[in-house]
Amino acid sequence: MIEEQTIIGVMPETLVAEVRKLCEQGYRLVQICATRLGEELQMDYSFDLNRKFVNFRFLLPKTGGRVPSITGVYFCAFTYENEISDLFGVQVEGNALDFKGNFYTTAMKHPFIQDAVPASVPAPAKPGVQ
Amino acid sequence: MGHRTIIPFGPQHPVLPEPIHIDLVVEDEKVVEAVPSIGFIHRGLERLVEKKDFVEFVYIAERICGICSFIHGQTYCQGVEEIMKIEVPTRAKYLRTIWGELSRIHSHLLWAGLMADGFGFESLFMHSWRVREQVLDIIEATTGGRVIFGSCKVGGARRDISPEQMTWMLKQLEVVEKEMRLIVDVFMNDDSVKHRLCGVGVISKADAISLGAVGPTLRGSGVADDMRLLKYAAFGELDFAPISRTDGDSYSRCAVRCDELFQSLDIIRQAAAKMPTGEIAVKVTGNPSGEFFSRVEQPRGEVVYYIKGNGTKNLTRFRARTPTFANVPALVKMLAGCELADVPVLVLTIDPCISCTER
Repeated sequence: MIEEQTIIGVMPETLVAEVRKLCEQGYRLVQICATRLGEELQMDYSFDLNRKFVNFRFLLPKTGGRVPSITGVYFCAFTYENEISDLFGVQVEGNALDFKGNFYTTAMKHPFIQDAVPASVPAPAKPGVQ
Repeated sequence: MGHRTIIPFGPQHPVLPEPIHIDLVVEDEKVVEAVPSIGFIHRGLERLVEKKDFVEFVYIAERICGICSFIHGQTYCQGVEEIMKIEVPTRAKYLRTIWGELSRIHSHLLWAGLMADGFGFESLFMHSWRVREQVLDIIEATTGGRVIFGSCKVGGARRDISPEQMTWMLKQLEVVEKEMRLIVDVFMNDDSVKHRLCGVGVISKADAISLGAVGPTLRGSGVADDMRLLKYAAFGELDFAPISRTDGDSYSRCAVRCDELFQSLDIIRQAAAKMPTGEIAVKVTGNPSGEFFSRVEQPRGEVVYYIKGNGTKNLTRFRARTPTFANVPALVKMLAGCELADVPVLVLTIDPCISCTER
């Protein structure tokens, strides 16, 4: 095995406090990731300290899920939080740099929670063409 | 407080032919705030796992980026192999190490050329890319491809390097090393280069960690962290220690990459000397069931793949966090307070790859 990876279940309500504890120990935010599992979203917050990998995990409903922002602890989380907001529709409360759904330019809203990806997205009509 | 103006940088800019946009809030010639925008060409490659099976998907992973394509394929394969508990033949691990380090050399030389072009040193740009061509020739001779290698697969490697090819490659690398020393000497000692880089865009050690920086951006601020210390591929059997600098400025980030050029050469030579004979791949049966966060050191820093399978031929989730994505917050920090003329150089010091970021 390349490395041991610790996955810890947390509640969204205690997320910020748990993340703050890791930050105080010197952990680096590695990534935030959402994964669709049927009608739920699996949220992963990964951290690293000297190649010790720790991951916080909790579940949200597929639509309408809300999470508190951790940008007050790790400012760099703004990129990940805008990403999960744009691609998965997760509502992040308190993002320090909120692009309000305009971080990614996508052909459809929240494409990563849609059931099927269309084979091709129709091109916008050219001006003057009926 | 002076009059504030917003100057847009990108998504089309002569220094960086990749679509990142930054709103630069300036007072006179000083940048007081930078607001980045990406996502102009987001490709949604991650969802292609629903259409391509886990064996085929390595071709998609390699196409996330045209510079570190091999390492993307390697990261993907290592993740799937961890889930499926596949023991890759030792020779394949050494082959992956060699091709990964060749990728790092050509990526850093590409960056060196772009950087030289960024601060107006055209001849240095041309020399850097001329030497890079020689590295690409080696890659082409050993893998058949110059951009997409196609030599990594789940279970091992698709191609081998013959003893004759290895001898030829090592001889070619001696020529490359001599040429690189001339280029690096200019980067490290030329007054005009140092004038543009020293003391510019300083990121402290604490900031580099709290901003989630990776790769040479992190190591240039005094944090000797490198995913190769995880000892994936053949790194557990090779002599390796991360290169870092402590000043945290543009010159430090540049120096880390310059030193890594020669470190990669050393790693290749070690691997060539220690490489065992034997098989280069094992047969893969079954489908992945489980999950793994696969982490590998790309030229720009740590790349993270989250791979999750449910026992079918299609993965449930593939997610790639690329190094440039992680370095954007550090870039925002280093831009605040800089001179407007330094913006292109600072953007280039994180070696941005928007193709990766828009996976």
